[in-house]
Amino acid sequence: MTQNIETPLHRIAHSRAGDKGNRVNLSLMPYDPALYPLLAEQVTEEKVLALFRHRGATACKRYDLPLLNAFNFVIDEVLEGGVNGSLNLDGHGKSHSFRLLAMTIEVPSEKLNRP
Amino acid sequence: MIPLGLKMLKGVPSVSDLFLVGNGAGFSGDRIDAPIPVVRSLVKRGLPAAMFFECLGERTVALAQLERRRDPEAGYEPMLERLLEPILVDCARAGIPILGNFGAANPAAAARAIARLAKKLGLPELRIGLVTGDDVSDRVNLDKLAVHEADAGLDMSSWKLVSANAYIGAAPLAEALAAGAQIVVAGRTSDPALAIAPLMHYFGWAEDDWQALAVGAAAGHLLECGSQVTGGVFWDPGFKDIPDPANIGFPIAEVGRDLSLLITKPEGTGGIVDQRTVKEQLLYELHDPSTYITPDVILDITGAHLTPSGQDRVAVHGLQGRQRPDLLKVTACYEGSWLGEGEISVAGPNALARARATADVLLQRVKQRGLARRARADLIGVASVHDSDDGALWRGYAGPEPQDIRIRLAVEATTRDDADQASREALAMLCCGTAGTSGARWRVTPRILTRSFLVPRDMVPTETRVLPAREWN
Repeated sequence: MTQNIETPLHRIAHSRAGDKGNRVNLSLMPYDPALYPLLAEQVTEEKVLALFRHRGATACKRYDLPLLNAFNFVIDEVLEGGVNGSLNLDGHGKSHSFRLLAMTIEVPSEKLNRP
Repeated sequence: MIPLGLKMLKGVPSVSDLFLVGNGAGFSGDRIDAPIPVVRSLVKRGLPAAMFFECLGERTVALAQLERRRDPEAGYEPMLERLLEPILVDCARAGIPILGNFGAANPAAAARAIARLAKKLGLPELRIGLVTGDDVSDRVNLDKLAVHEADAGLDMSSWKLVSANAYIGAAPLAEALAAGAQIVVAGRTSDPALAIAPLMHYFGWAEDDWQALAVGAAAGHLLECGSQVTGGVFWDPGFKDIPDPANIGFPIAEVGRDLSLLITKPEGTGGIVDQRTVKEQLLYELHDPSTYITPDVILDITGAHLTPSGQDRVAVHGLQGRQRPDLLKVTACYEGSWLGEGEISVAGPNALARARATADVLLQRVKQRGLARRARADLIGVASVHDSDDGALWRGYAGPEPQDIRIRLAVEATTRDDADQASREALAMLCCGTAGTSGARWRVTPRILTRSFLVPRDMVPTETRVLPAREWN
């Protein structure tokens, strides 16, 4: 019987953050393309927006790029004033890819055993 | 011996169906020895090629403009000579033109600096091209334009304009190459334009060949951040390992006459090019993947896919181009407020409680002295870069007791003195702070805020001038 295991995205996917103005984009790519549908189902715009609510993020849009086995999340108003206006050490928000990667999702155990 | 200036661009085959574009810098502050292996690789391969340097972040021009106000011959990339000296002779000899936005706020002074360097290196005939016109601060009345993007809290009434530059496209750069330039100096350009221009020049792409320009834009986009496509900001020990991260090879794009595109890096360098690195960079700073706007073309990567093509070689397919936008983006930079920062450390038993109390006291001090418009505290080691201005994460932290925490105060202040006074509150904690407080550092930085506008192309005429080094004075 398949057992689901709660797993941080970091174990199964990689991500990079980029900025433009007061927006951040976060790419998300599973190492194993077979996990793409699972991410599509569980890593929703709402859940990603919730990770950044404490910073005042107002919207999150997900673009799906199945040919690249990738997602692109665009989060608005998340940089507390943008790279120049922010008081944060990370005004660019480039560390946010790892906030996304700390999110956990439910993965069937047999899919975790792959290299 | 053939004089170098005459030999250039003549010794390379002009019938090759492949053109190589190498990148030597992804930002002002990049590794200065990175271009050397890239040029060595291009020379060794013997194909027609160009090098480009991307040195201008959003604020870099404004900071350079402030430098120029202090010294009329300053205001270009401060590492310019160090970046170029090791490669200039080899590039000139091999007919590899160099393009860069390293002119920053003073491209003409950069051209003169390159001329001095060229003469020193025995290249008095080196043809230096200067592209100007990006600086629109005197030409465009920004007050009349609609704001495209803006930093929060930008109060236009009290803030002084430092710079306003349009992102110019590839055409004037290609024009300089057509006039025989062996090195092209510009100020603000779109990043991809630096890669598109030599391709446009070599393959004779028309300014409305959207499909070709899309491939050029993708090449430029993938290369413009230097090592970010070859392992930089990618490596994650134990998860995404790369060889020799201290010596990551900067990228090379192979572009075919048939519009093929392949990303690789010099042999014998560290780093890695694989589908993972290329995907991360392809999506970097991208919003709607169907609409990546450059001055030369709108790139659509929704049909893009990758195939491995040998070690450290990845081919990119399925790129689409659409007609370029009618408007150009202008970024204006303003000065007027100050960033004050102060830091201090605690460690050992009860560190978390001491750190929280320190942060609260620093915020209280700044508030009761009326020093800041905005203030924030971070607990580095508990929560900082992911946190909010109100410290939601460190205030709510309930994890294991950290043993070593650095408390950081950051304020936005109206005057330099207020910012300095606020940052010195961290210093004062050396005596007034909690038990075992130590390691104060404080500093003040002028803040540059940006606003961008969209302007019609005809408001941004460019000028291209090409002269041998001996004639630049």
